Amino acid sequence: MSDRTRSVRKTALWKAALTYLVLGLGAVTMLVPFYWMVLTSLQPPEMAFSMGQIRWIPERIVWQNYPEAWKAIDIPRLYWNSIVVAVLGTLGQVLTSSLAAFAFARLEFPGRDRLFFAYLATMMVPGSVTMIPNFVLLRWLGWIDTYQALIIPGMFSAYGTFLLRQFFMGLPTELEDAAKIDGSSYAGIWARVTLPLSRPALATLTTFTFMGFWGAYMWPLIIVQSPELRTLPIGLASFVGRYSAEYSLWMAASVIALIPVLLLFIFNQRYFQEGIKMSGIKG
Amino acid sequence: MTRRQKAESLAALAFLAPNVAGFLVFTLLPVLGAFLLAFTNWDLFRPPRWVGLFNFVSLLGWHYDEYAGRTVMNDPFFWKYVYNTVFLMTAIPVGIAGSLICALLMNQKLRGITVFRTIYFLPTVCSGVAILILWKWLYNNDIGLFNTLIRQFGDWIGVPLQGPNWLGSTEWAKPSLMLMGLWTGLGGFNMILYLAALQGVPREQYEAAAMDGASAWQTFWAVTWPGISPTTFFILIMSVIGGFQGGFMTANVMTEGGPAGSTTTIEYYIYNVAFTRFLMGYASAIAWVLFLVILAITLLTWRFGGRKVTYV
Repeated sequence: MSDRTRSVRKTALWKAALTYLVLGLGAVTMLVPFYWMVLTSLQPPEMAFSMGQIRWIPERIVWQNYPEAWKAIDIPRLYWNSIVVAVLGTLGQVLTSSLAAFAFARLEFPGRDRLFFAYLATMMVPGSVTMIPNFVLLRWLGWIDTYQALIIPGMFSAYGTFLLRQFFMGLPTELEDAAKIDGSSYAGIWARVTLPLSRPALATLTTFTFMGFWGAYMWPLIIVQSPELRTLPIGLASFVGRYSAEYSLWMAASVIALIPVLLLFIFNQRYFQEGIKMSGIKG
Repeated sequence: MTRRQKAESLAALAFLAPNVAGFLVFTLLPVLGAFLLAFTNWDLFRPPRWVGLFNFVSLLGWHYDEYAGRTVMNDPFFWKYVYNTVFLMTAIPVGIAGSLICALLMNQKLRGITVFRTIYFLPTVCSGVAILILWKWLYNNDIGLFNTLIRQFGDWIGVPLQGPNWLGSTEWAKPSLMLMGLWTGLGGFNMILYLAALQGVPREQYEAAAMDGASAWQTFWAVTWPGISPTTFFILIMSVIGGFQGGFMTANVMTEGGPAGSTTTIEYYIYNVAFTRFLMGYASAIAWVLFLVILAITLLTWRFGGRKVTYV
């Protein structure tokens, strides 16, 4: 081995070590709050106050905060509402977006590009502009305090249409042409060719939309008044308002609320990152 | 139009119908509705009353105050909340730089780097009410993690130290929210976008730079930075648009806009004007002004920034 390669290798080693050090410190910073959350949730309520001395390893662990938080805010009800809203809303959005995206990507019609551009422009409209008239509209429809009020207005997204259109445009047309020759209708092509080929994009949009519905805060706060229809974020926030200093309970409830999101993330991690790239690069 | 083209247009209409209908009802109609509402005075219960430009004058105008002996804004609160919103947005460039640094560090072929990527992305995935509650607890003045650590550090060096009253003081509340925002967003969307952009910079350019004997620093500014400028531009525009509309959830869950209105943003103000004071017309006027500001800034950045961006 020559001196030169040895020194190059040495620098590379130093660089790697330094990278690991910096990234490691950052990782600790990212994780400590989560660790503190779980730790607090496993302490008896009175211990939360005597945490003046930080013990990173707890002396004893209690589970009582979890059943208590579970009961105090009716977690099953909140979960159920969040799941119904997120699942139906996501299905609706993926369906309407994929239909519209197919038209924009694959069909010729007058004014297509202008209409698409108008869609893109609406992504700039702040939620606060549409919020008041939408509230008025739904009140007029008698939809205040209903599931459909939580689901339907969020089902039509320019973003989803945009994301899928970009993906559809990149698909090879041979299979579609073959289906056309076989006499397949546009609906048939959409259902049997385009959608099956677009699984990654659909998974990405599904993941993002689900997260959006799951975390939605302002709209449910406005449109839901009775506790029976509260979604998880609303229930959680109102809990903190009622139990103003029960930190152990807060943290237990927060952990319970985060578990489904974490599971979704762990199993769909690929789609998160792919989706972000898709929305950014081709835009 | 041939028969085939007509059939294709009809099919397109059918495919577009659900989305376009929803878009008309829940986006276009409300935007126009908000515009009309902005010229009325309406409390949701009595019929709306047309007031012309009154709301806009109340919002943006000024008058001479005889008591104070000087000119004052008609709605000084609005301007205070604009200031708060812009103040909070000063964290945007810091966050972008941080995300870029993380992406540069992670854009190396090292073992275990995906583990780091997952960990850095966690706060973004979890962001929402639960994370805000967690930070409210971390920021607790007496027994929160931060102030306990500061106190313990003081004990250790033998100097009594007391941390700031994070969310409870007017000076610290905004920086506290910014710090939390940095933690949440650092390894999130922007970092992933930068990672993808970094992988898209042509290798030949790096090889050419190495051949010319450029240092790492020079290579970054001559090759990497221009190569990723479209991404920087995209992130900046999206962050600015988001920043103007931000701060509702943090204010609602953590601070109630306080102390003394120091964490109330434009968005939180609109919500309160509409749904706690029931001034639907005035709230719509604020929302429309916000919309126009966002529109103007986006178009301006596009005009001036768009030209400087290098498209590789």
